Amino acid sequence: MSEFLLLRHRNIGEEGIAELDEYLRLGGFQAFRKVVTQMSPQQVIDLVKASGLRGRGGAGFPTGIKWSFLSDRFPRYVVANSDESEPGTFKDREIMERNPFQFLEGLMICAYASQAHVAYNYCRGEFWQLVDELQSKVIQLHDHGMLGDRIFGSEFSLQIHHHLGAGAYICGEESALLESIEGKLGQPRLKPPFPADRGLYQQPTVVNNTETLANVPLIIERGAEWYRSIGVEKSCGPKIMCLSGHAKNPGNYEVPLGTTFRELIFDLADGITGDKRLKAILPSGASAPILPATDVVLDTPLTYEDVSLVGSQLGSASIILLDETVDVSWAAMKTTRFFKHESCGKCTPCREGTYWMDRLLHRINNGQGDHEDANLLGEVAKQITGKCLCPLGDFSTSAVISGLELFHDDFTQHVRNGNGSTVELSE
Amino acid sequence: MADQVTLKIDGDVVSVPAGTLIVDAAKSVSNDIPVFCYHPKLDPVGMCRMCLVEVGTPLRDRESGEPELDEHGDQKINWMPKLQTACTVPVSAGMRVRTATQQVTRARKDVVEFLLTSHPLDCPVCDKGGECPLQNLTMSHGSGESRYLFDEKIQLQKRVPLGELIFLDRERCIQCARCTRFQDELVGEPVIGFDKRGRALQIVTFSEPGFDSHFSGNTTDICPVGALTTADFRFGARPWEMQHTPSICPHCTVGCNTHLNTRRSGMVGGTVIKRVMPRQNEKVNEIWLCDKGRFGHHFAGSSDRLTVPLVRKDGRTIEQSWEHVLPLVAAKLAAADGEVAGIAGERLSNEDLFCFQTLVEGLGGRTMQWPGRMGGGDLVQQVGVGAGTDLAQLGAETVILVVASDLAEEAPLWWFKVRQAATKAGATLNKHPASLVVANARDTKLDRYANHIVRYSYGDEVQTVQALTHAISGDGAGIETGIDAQHNPLLSEVARAIEAAENMIIIYGSEGLDFSGSGALAQACANLLIASGHVGGVGNGLLPVWPSNNTQGAWDMGVRPAGMSVSEFTSGAKVVLLAGADPVGDGESLPEDAFVVISELFKTDTASRADVVLPAQAFVEREGSYTSGDRRVQRFYPALPALGDAMPDWNIFVRLTALLGLGTVPAGAGAVMRQIAADVPRYDGISYERLADVEEQWPHVGGRDSYYGGTAFENSAGLGLQTPTLAEMGHQVQPGNVEPPSVESGEFLVVPITLLYDRGSMLLRSKIMHQRLPEPYIELNVVDAERAGVGAGDRVALRVNGHDWEMATRVSTSPPEGVILFPRSLAGPLLPRTMVASLRKLES
Ligand SMILES: Cc1cc2nc3c(=O)[nH]c(=O)nc-3n(C[C@H](O)[C@H](O)[C@H](O)COP(=O)(O)O)c2cc1C
Ligand code: SF4
Ligand code: SF4
Ligand code: SF4
Ligand code: FES
Repeated sequence: MSEFLLLRHRNIGEEGIAELDEYLRLGGFQAFRKVVTQMSPQQVIDLVKASGLRGRGGAGFPTGIKWSFLSDRFPRYVVANSDESEPGTFKDREIMERNPFQFLEGLMICAYASQAHVAYNYCRGEFWQLVDELQSKVIQLHDHGMLGDRIFGSEFSLQIHHHLGAGAYICGEESALLESIEGKLGQPRLKPPFPADRGLYQQPTVVNNTETLANVPLIIERGAEWYRSIGVEKSCGPKIMCLSGHAKNPGNYEVPLGTTFRELIFDLADGITGDKRLKAILPSGASAPILPATDVVLDTPLTYEDVSLVGSQLGSASIILLDETVDVSWAAMKTTRFFKHESCGKCTPCREGTYWMDRLLHRINNGQGDHEDANLLGEVAKQITGKCLCPLGDFSTSAVISGLELFHDDFTQHVRNGNGSTVELSE
Repeated sequence: MADQVTLKIDGDVVSVPAGTLIVDAAKSVSNDIPVFCYHPKLDPVGMCRMCLVEVGTPLRDRESGEPELDEHGDQKINWMPKLQTACTVPVSAGMRVRTATQQVTRARKDVVEFLLTSHPLDCPVCDKGGECPLQNLTMSHGSGESRYLFDEKIQLQKRVPLGELIFLDRERCIQCARCTRFQDELVGEPVIGFDKRGRALQIVTFSEPGFDSHFSGNTTDICPVGALTTADFRFGARPWEMQHTPSICPHCTVGCNTHLNTRRSGMVGGTVIKRVMPRQNEKVNEIWLCDKGRFGHHFAGSSDRLTVPLVRKDGRTIEQSWEHVLPLVAAKLAAADGEVAGIAGERLSNEDLFCFQTLVEGLGGRTMQWPGRMGGGDLVQQVGVGAGTDLAQLGAETVILVVASDLAEEAPLWWFKVRQAATKAGATLNKHPASLVVANARDTKLDRYANHIVRYSYGDEVQTVQALTHAISGDGAGIETGIDAQHNPLLSEVARAIEAAENMIIIYGSEGLDFSGSGALAQACANLLIASGHVGGVGNGLLPVWPSNNTQGAWDMGVRPAGMSVSEFTSGAKVVLLAGADPVGDGESLPEDAFVVISELFKTDTASRADVVLPAQAFVEREGSYTSGDRRVQRFYPALPALGDAMPDWNIFVRLTALLGLGTVPAGAGAVMRQIAADVPRYDGISYERLADVEEQWPHVGGRDSYYGGTAFENSAGLGLQTPTLAEMGHQVQPGNVEPPSVESGEFLVVPITLLYDRGSMLLRSKIMHQRLPEPYIELNVVDAERAGVGAGDRVALRVNGHDWEMATRVSTSPPEGVILFPRSLAGPLLPRTMVASLRKLES
């Protein structure tokens, strides 16, 4: 793609867009001005609906429809989800670093469409320096009359607050995120009620991913029709793919949805380090099932529908490549350790099950397991699936179940060899 | 009434109110869906995942909305792809639930297995063993074998004090949040909470002292494992070794139903109370107790109890047998020529008070309630709160007015229920709170939940209530009031709310008021209820916050406050007969030349002065009944063997009555109750048999239902009976005259207030509570403190009645300016009523 819409949209190849003057010079905040002065909230929602924009936080839920679900109560809130905690995801950070105003403009348009007067940007704790930057940018916007009371002389007023998390993956889950903003322990809430009905402080709330919001000014500026022309029918628009693992050139790649794995990995990122054979792909960080690097998979377009057809999820598109040297049981041990560490502990199967899987995988990887352990591991994983309060529990079993299915030998070889590496057990 | 919804659970067709959760709907047809985190009194959280079931809803035609039928004419069901938590999904019309399929059985087994991977399985030394939901549900749903390697178990701290009353075993906790939700939703004091995450998720307390709540003990009943234990019972006994005796809490006017769990103790060499447990009575205490009721039972087993009659002879006290001592007392009484002054404590049972009254009346003497500092008992008999009222269930149609009482300290379970009515927190289908008006001269804990807070000056209680009546009746006929509600926006608003309300309850206390003042307040409240038409029905009427557990019983049995000092009351008496009363200890004096007889548990100051001391049995050793503030007569039963020669008070009095030829000795306490039923107005029809009647209550608790409602005991011993009021009996009760009290003036007004945790004779004998009992102190306003140059913690000399008392100070914004709050019964100076005082800082 010649034009980078999210990362360097207005100023191809040039830096400086992170400065307000430059952003304004290139037509920034015209979209925001337009909605506030010329459009009703409903018109904005209809336009976003028509654009086909889907949430970039993982679930791919249609954004305009989400906005239209808000219960008829006030005050309302909008929240940008910049928790970006999925292993292998690093797109929201780059958006906020390199094109912060486009994201903020999207958040502000979302607030207008939702008739909210307070917006939050929830960032993972490690983003504290970035938040310092963003906060000074918010002050700049106040100084330019684009935040605060009676924006552009209209009835609309808006404040943006930043909130730093304290280092929990689960706080990326929207209801745990809301608990965290409220100052409570970050644990997911029961759903229903959904945030659109009872969100922040029990008021109607929109939660959108940072990348989702960065798309919004484009849609206002250039129209739904134009937006739909990018990508494919059900998955349209530009999408940042976070490529990591054994890629020769890892990094963020902004491509139209519908680009294939092969195009991304081999055309754009120049293939696999050391030109080794690609063994498997984790298409959505630690959370979605592992895919084998078959031709069918490699020719699969990166869309919400197609990736799920081959047995996994596009999710937040944090694509981790595993080359032929990687032992999948080791990889599963890594993802499991992550989920054991990140389980919020609220529900039994996830709290206890991730711990149990972690123990089993350590045993297996240390060559201390017996033939039953791989089977037991599979059973425990299936025992967790479908019983948890939030999706994290199911996420924790994805790599384990798919890994056992596709690469069973990787698990049993340790039993056969009885040596393995010695892996430290973490608490 | 909510709409009924019909659904099918396995084979059963079930009809329940809309909004009911699947788990409760199933329970109503005895389908026990296992739960750990769910508790029928708490909002569901869906955390433990034990209650997973299959749920389907009828498929409906898109166009017509009609249910689609299959070829057999049965409704097509859209089964949800995943199992659902029965504790979080409300029923809907036509819903289908499957609880016995392979998938569900498997899920239960899986969840139990997960829970046990981190459980220490130390049942043999666990307090909960034997009544443990985890143990029981493992037996019925768990797998017989363990696949988790024992060596890989996590080890955690097993003795974590959450304060000195409740201990946490971190290994046993299954992170169900019942304890934290109880504190948060039902008490409004989230002093415990979760910390960390994952397997490290743990209960912690942040308060000082730890777990700072009057209701902490309840969490040990609803904790589904032995993670929370009380310092009182910890490692004390196994549940199956204990005897269970139904009883009534003797500590306050609520009259919570309890079970006394007793066991022979080798150490003590006799049977002892191991723990006090709540016994379900939904209209009284539901399934809860306050910590005073739970932990303050040790006075009964105290080693300084009196066990033999004592007679003073030539300045020496000698032990005597009943055969000697009773004729001696009878002779003194006979010779008194009716100059007998009887003083009976408000804590005695109805049977004691009735026999006491009969004896003294038979002799032509006079009786007095001790301390008898609160008036209005006769008005409660006329317009008391309607029988069948459940304070917690009151909703939007009701105004609750609380006046001159710090309910949280004086009647904890009523505070709990009124808070419930005003917040509708926790599990309730009725989400429309009652409207709460709190009227007091200072801040109290209930203020937080009030729709209206009315502040008056001490001394203006009566006029404030009168002003409301005035505003309602409009004409103000016969009402003289210094306060004009019409021009007071707050009072007019309250008056409008009262007028609009279908029901109204007034809960009145005696803070800042003496006997006649509180009597006047009661009359003013009664007048307001009558004027606004709020008497004689459920959810209406007057509820007194009596200072003792059986004050109402004393009024009913005819033992009333004298409205004068003890020296005035006893003046001229030849014999003073006391029962469970210690006026000398409270600074009163008895006539030098009177013959003094007392029945008591302990060697009190009055007992030391007495000529004859008769050892009485404590309530735990005998039968009897108490009447609570809502006029509920409730039975208690003997849990411990008699101590030495001690006798029930009533038995002492009937023997004296018989010796004096004034009556016969009834066969037992039950026979006394039959006499009460015959002689005491409105007690007709009450008998021990009827007091033992029960009806089914919701939620199910105890026994095999302990997994569901907790280990509170199911009530099979009686819910008690409420005596009817005159208003309920159809009498037209007329408003009465009110004499507002006069207020003294001085530099400071010292107002005695009541604390739940005081240093009275009962709590002082419960060592476990000692750390929670404050040292004597006074509390004054920040402005006054600054003016007097006193800071928090400073020692001051409080000058009352020409006498200096040295006290510690607390400073806050609660007391009004010019007022010093003085918590009574902290073993400090004796200030029976509101008095004027001055203050001087003492140099340290
Ligand atoms: C365990 C878990 C972690 C999540 N982490 C993130 C995250 O880091 N960032 C994010 O935007 N969404 C995350 N989500 C998804 C959010 O719950 C939510 O769906 C999303 O923020 C909605 O925004 P969107 O509609 O714009 O995608 C997570 C979900 C789960 C279950
Ligand atoms: S699935 Fe895991 S992260 Fe989600 S609520 Fe349960 S314990 Fe917490
Ligand atoms: S201490 Fe008991 S009630 Fe509290 S969370 Fe743990 S298991 Fe549940
Ligand atoms: S509320 Fe009163 S009756 Fe109930 S347990 Fe506490 S002191 Fe006893
Ligand atoms: S999840 Fe329903 S009882 Fe715990």
